[in-house]
Amino acid sequence: MSTLQVRVWRGGAKGAFQAFEVPRHASQTVLDVVTHIQRVLDPTLAYRFACRVGMCGSCAMTVNGQARWTCRTHVDKVAKNDAMEIAPLRNLPVIRDLVTDMREFFDKWARAKGQFSGSLSKKEDFQKVKPESPDRVAVDAAIECIGCGVCYSSCDVVAANPDYLGPAALNRAWTLQKDERDVAGAERLRAVAGDAGCLSCHTHMSCTERCPKQISPTAGIAGLKREVSLTVLRGEL
Amino acid sequence: MTVRTQSILWVAQRASAAVLALCVATHLATMIYAVRGGLTAAEILARTQGNTAWFAFYSLFVAAIAVHVPIGLRAVFGEWLDWRGASRDAVLCFLALFLFFFGMRAVLGVFQ
Repeated sequence: MSTLQVRVWRGGAKGAFQAFEVPRHASQTVLDVVTHIQRVLDPTLAYRFACRVGMCGSCAMTVNGQARWTCRTHVDKVAKNDAMEIAPLRNLPVIRDLVTDMREFFDKWARAKGQFSGSLSKKEDFQKVKPESPDRVAVDAAIECIGCGVCYSSCDVVAANPDYLGPAALNRAWTLQKDERDVAGAERLRAVAGDAGCLSCHTHMSCTERCPKQISPTAGIAGLKREVSLTVLRGEL
Repeated sequence: MTVRTQSILWVAQRASAAVLALCVATHLATMIYAVRGGLTAAEILARTQGNTAWFAFYSLFVAAIAVHVPIGLRAVFGEWLDWRGASRDAVLCFLALFLFFFGMRAVLGVFQ
């Protein structure tokens, strides 16, 4: 049986890579490899996963230098010469081994006013949204985010400016700006404007290239930039 | 600095970039044309002195530079040097005045 040479990050912010030899299997995912190490080779390895089918967004790691969802990443696709390096996500504090502290990532969703604000009470009928309306089409293109943090980890602006809200939070804000039922648009636009918000995006498009759900946060951020520009020119920001 | 001011600066940065795109292209084309034609400095000055169209064009060019450069450096200083806050913005306000003053001094030099 062929084997895979895997180097896995051990420790916190300071630590080192540890080498493991893992049996190769057909259709093996990177998460399978990490799970094998934890179950068979070293039970002290810390990592995070839940659904294993690309829905929960828990298992993102840096594989050979790129952030990826490990449960849906086949070893065939990323291993080079039967070798692989697995590290925690970039731009987030490392708790231990492959587990990062996601608090700041999700706190930024809240800071970007990522909560829906409606105006109807439960006594009123549902508000109808036409699926073919342009705003709803824009929402559809951006709504399937699973909160894995791959975009945030891949963003060089986050690395350069730790206050920057990041692609996922801004993408969430964009879906709410385009939600015709939402009534907190003006407040949200103030939350996502400025140095820490959408205006700092350099349009490198790393988030768009790496998003495992093929969402383009860059497109949403560009939309937010347009809204902020028009609003500030009208003197309403 | 308020979010509103930061957003105004961003819009000003983009607007000045659009102006600079036209100004730089016009400036380069004029420079190349002037050199190809073999004009001397005295001949160039004869064309620029008292020419209000060129004065207006280069005044706009200088104003766009004075707006564009400090705002761009504001992001560069923040992201590359981790220099943010009032001290950075004060220095860049000074830079804007510096660029405008010496830019206009040069423009007036070939106009008067």
